[in-house]
Amino acid sequence: MHELAITEGVVQAVTERLPGRPIACVHLEIGAMSGVVADSVRFCFDMVTEGTTLEGAKLDISQPAARCRCRDCGAEFEPEGAIALCDCGSADVAVLAGQELRITSVEVV
Amino acid sequence: MCATCGCGVAGVRVFGPGQLGPAGHGTSDGNGHAHDHGAGEVHDHGHGDGYQHGHGHGHNHDHGHDPEDRTVQIQQNILAKNDRLAEDNRAWLTARAILAVNLMSSPGAGKTTLLERTAREAGAGLGLTVIEGDQETTLDASRIEAAGCPVAQINTGAGCHLDASMVARGLHALDPRPGSVLVIENVGNLVCPALFDLGEAARVVLSSVTEGADKPIKYPQMFRGADLVLLTKVDLLPYVDFDTGRHARDLKLISPGAAILPVSATTGEGLPAWYDWLRDRAR
Repeated sequence: MHELAITEGVVQAVTERLPGRPIACVHLEIGAMSGVVADSVRFCFDMVTEGTTLEGAKLDISQPAARCRCRDCGAEFEPEGAIALCDCGSADVAVLAGQELRITSVEVV
Repeated sequence: MCATCGCGVAGVRVFGPGQLGPAGHGTSDGNGHAHDHGAGEVHDHGHGDGYQHGHGHGHNHDHGHDPEDRTVQIQQNILAKNDRLAEDNRAWLTARAILAVNLMSSPGAGKTTLLERTAREAGAGLGLTVIEGDQETTLDASRIEAAGCPVAQINTGAGCHLDASMVARGLHALDPRPGSVLVIENVGNLVCPALFDLGEAARVVLSSVTEGADKPIKYPQMFRGADLVLLTKVDLLPYVDFDTGRHARDLKLISPGAAILPVSATTGEGLPAWYDWLRDRAR
């Protein structure tokens, strides 16, 4: 359940950036290949924000799809499932998108 | 509270060499150090180093120039703090020419047994030291110490993985000598540790034949980051239904660059190649 530590990291980063400012909404990006389950972050959020300036804030998570480029044939593709495998058969791929794990912005009250 | 490492909340405890108790509980009470982060390599809660700056001044701080605009851009990696602490660890280790290996697997794959034998057979030559990560007890550290190897134990309490701040405290307690090899045995878990950089130079993942051949494909995040996969308990291959071909094929798809070494810490099969790998990486 590393999402608990991840969610605590969000609260800490926001409260350090905006000390004492009540927060109305937090916008996160959690990519499909980030290794973090967005639903688990949602599950932790209310508990972790209790008693902080983020208590009661809305949580908005965008989930960028995975996108890869094959290092052998150069094709760009959206991998299906856990294994990023190009149609040419190569598994030697660069991940272009989907590993995002970011706090993009917040809305203050 | 310390949200990243959880200390003071989840009750992270660090036991240095000589602090291991007879019954695997440690002799330090674990309460006096919740925030003894004053040493150089340990993390700084004050952020006086400018870490917060340079992220778009003039736009991020809602100085009231547009009262209707309540959006504050943050644009920060959620793991930024851990990553920064990991880089501090990496710089500390690199400056001392210490090879740090992050050893990960599911519980029971044989991490500690492998390290016990490694300590006995190659520990002196490698200058091996170990940081043990477990939720509770100093049992594993006691085993490593009995094998003649300096060891520090981190108990993560509720935590399911080691993070960079815990390892900084472990380094402080262990104080490995320059030019040595440090193995950080992570909490047994094929999911969470994959995300947390500790400052290591290499990641080694164990996959035991008793777990089944499908582990790489079921836990791709962990195996994707591996520099080396140790296929452990190969002495049991005659007794279990394990398809080594499938395991190797799946691993090749998930982590094309990862080498595989079959080993047995019981018979010693394959261990010289593991010791050679450590020696090569330590150069």
